Amino acid sequence: MATEILMPALSPTMEEGTLAKWLVKEGDTVSSGDILAEIETDKATMEFEAVEEGTIGKIVIPEGTEGVKVNDVIAVLLEDGESMDDAEIDDSQSQQPVAADKEQSSETAPAAAKTHPAPAPSDRTPDWPEGTEVKKTTVREALRDAMAEEMRRDESVFLMGEEVAEYQGAYKISQGLLDEFGARRVIDTPITEHGFAGIGVGAAFGGLRPIVEFMTFNFAMQAMDQIINSAAKTLYMSGGQMGAPMVFRGPNGAAARVGAQHSQDYAAWFMQIPGLKVVMPYSAADAKGLMKTAIRDPNPVIFLENEILYGRSFDVPVMDDFTIPFGKAKIERDGDDVTIVSFGIGMTYALEAADKLAEEGIKAEVINLRTLRPMDTATILESVRKTNRCVTVEEGWPQGSVGGYISGVIMQEAFDYLDAPVITCTGKDVPMPYAANLEKHALITTDEVVEACKQVTYK
Amino acid sequence: MPPKKKDAQPNVSAEELKGYYRDMLMIRRFEEKAGQLYGMGLIGGFCHLYIGQEAVVVGLEAAAKEGDKRVTSYRDHGHMLACGMDPKGVMAELTGREGGYSKGKGGSMHMFSKEKHFYGGHGIVAAQVPLGAGLAFADKYKGNDNVTFTYFGDGAANQGQVYETYNMAELWDLPVIFVIENNQYAMGTSTQRSTKSPSYWERGAAYGIPGEEVDGMDVLAVKEAGEKAVAHCRAGKGPYILEIKTYRYRGHSMSDPAKYRTREEVQKMRDERDPIEQIRDLLLTGNHATEDDLKAIDKEIKGIVNESAEFAKESPEPALEELWTDIYATEVPQEA
Ligand SMILES: Cc1ncc(C[n+]2csc(CCOP(=O)(O)OP(=O)(O)O)c2C)c(N)n1
Ligand SMILES: [Mg+2]
Repeated sequence: MATEILMPALSPTMEEGTLAKWLVKEGDTVSSGDILAEIETDKATMEFEAVEEGTIGKIVIPEGTEGVKVNDVIAVLLEDGESMDDAEIDDSQSQQPVAADKEQSSETAPAAAKTHPAPAPSDRTPDWPEGTEVKKTTVREALRDAMAEEMRRDESVFLMGEEVAEYQGAYKISQGLLDEFGARRVIDTPITEHGFAGIGVGAAFGGLRPIVEFMTFNFAMQAMDQIINSAAKTLYMSGGQMGAPMVFRGPNGAAARVGAQHSQDYAAWFMQIPGLKVVMPYSAADAKGLMKTAIRDPNPVIFLENEILYGRSFDVPVMDDFTIPFGKAKIERDGDDVTIVSFGIGMTYALEAADKLAEEGIKAEVINLRTLRPMDTATILESVRKTNRCVTVEEGWPQGSVGGYISGVIMQEAFDYLDAPVITCTGKDVPMPYAANLEKHALITTDEVVEACKQVTYK
Repeated sequence: MPPKKKDAQPNVSAEELKGYYRDMLMIRRFEEKAGQLYGMGLIGGFCHLYIGQEAVVVGLEAAAKEGDKRVTSYRDHGHMLACGMDPKGVMAELTGREGGYSKGKGGSMHMFSKEKHFYGGHGIVAAQVPLGAGLAFADKYKGNDNVTFTYFGDGAANQGQVYETYNMAELWDLPVIFVIENNQYAMGTSTQRSTKSPSYWERGAAYGIPGEEVDGMDVLAVKEAGEKAVAHCRAGKGPYILEIKTYRYRGHSMSDPAKYRTREEVQKMRDERDPIEQIRDLLLTGNHATEDDLKAIDKEIKGIVNESAEFAKESPEPALEELWTDIYATEVPQEA
């Protein structure tokens, strides 16, 4: 049975090429591996080999022909004893590509321009049952307690990072963990972020539940490839077979006077990545409940802490197993004049601003997002439909900010409810300066939030 | 590390010896003053002192010539003083003032001087290593015989980018001297707890880079090794590694409780191996200087350091407009 020889695609992008030269002529016998022709693509001249043996029955496309489409028949190969006249061409051998069914796709309704999932109705249940005993706890202790509880609960959870064990953590978050869990589960690494992040991801593939501490998230930049290309995408690339259930955690954002390379908020960066979950707690209860959820979550979770918040105390419920689900924002203040949306340290400014506004009779509703991915847009939208105004607050830079995303969601989902454009309060669009006076100006301030709220309420 | 026997007659003049003494003392006094100002709240953030390591930069600067470059980590005050940067400008950067080398915008960890070929001051551990090789690449490209001193710590020496850089530096014969300042700790982690390889300089062998271990408490030994490394680089033979064994007396930064080592360990080093005391002894016992000569130097240094502190206190904070400058260049900065 004769076989059609088709114009080959010699690069992933090649659609057509020039049949530069035939190295065989009709009647030649060829065996697999023999060079049949030279084909020019836009990038190079390539030799094209026979994959089967036989006799060249007919050269369909003469040499020198330009613009030969990939998969066009360029020659016919005959089996032993066959002649061109009695050749019965086997189409099934000449792998014609399945033509993309363009018509069908054009029939379907144009996809909605939505880039974010439709919000589920907002969940307003309190984080812990009314009447539960609470205890003043620092964010630092809350994080440590959450890790300790989960390590007790699940043998496969371990902590690794620089100075986490013997030094008890550069910011003392892992205080006491080495004593309790030993060096097998609380592991000091050399200063090799890209390496140990990758080892963490591999360990997660291998069935463990790593918590990888970055001394600060500034140093996670060294490990960005492993976080995004390995941790975030493997579940998808493996068709769901394996993923990286793990937590990358550490302080994020500006501390105080540590300059440009050590003062950056990465919330918006990580929030962009499908496959990652992104948490940025504000209070100690957030930190504890969300850390426990993060450790149990079957996905890679970026857990963005804040050095300035570590020492602050908040009520944390005294419960055997206190968790907070991802994707559930918390309304920290009720109000109906303006919605302020923030997360992490931004909440400090948001709440201070709400207090100041209250003195002037403006009632702000303050939403603490807590998780940025998944994001509880339902709560934001519900609030904006009530207040008709929104101000977002974050420490990060303006371009490509979390607030920018939120304002996009509001515009798409609640445009008709808006009485003023959304204002996004962010850090200034500059690297963090060291000088005390400049640093103060680079950061977002409560006054700026107050001002923005007045602007949207036309006060 | 055992004290090395010094050559009976070091191959340097009395003037040079006094110069090293002076330069090391300048760093020590400057750092002590910086520590004080930090305690007074005039310096903020991270501040990493170089006390104990002075012989490393002073010895290597003695082997350098005009045009050579240097780049290092956040523990950078000593490097800047040793390459001739003005103590006033350095101290004023520490206090975040207009008179600082970066107009107060960089701080302790991020200072630069085009004029003195000092390329920073980098806060991300080991990020300066490929940068140093890149500076050397530029010199080789231009065809001059400058070398680049690329300083990094024992902790930094475990970062992957160091080895990527080693490979390319040797592959392309770049005139770069990799100076590993092995002060035996990376924050609270001793070298024994971060690697099982017996030495850092020997890792270069995997890439074909020669190197050696150097007694970093002995400024003359550092100078000698530096000269050898420089000669290798200038001759176009590619990179060289110096693993300089040194010791930091103070905590990693100002907020380090330093529980990972004993007071005795530090005290023993200070008593037995101090680089400044060693050179002082050499000067006096060799009759290269009198007590009075040294007193005069001490006094001079004290004056300079106090003056730098005064300047750093009095220099105004940067103007608020500075927040918005230097984000983008409008023209390509010219080579100094
Ligand atoms: C990539 C990165 N990881 C972690 C840190 C935090 N950090 C700052 S200095 C340091 C220790 C470095 O030790 P070493 O390289 O030995 O230099 P030394 O401080 O002893 O001069 C660490 C872990 C950082 N700045 N950058
Ligand atoms: Mg060190």
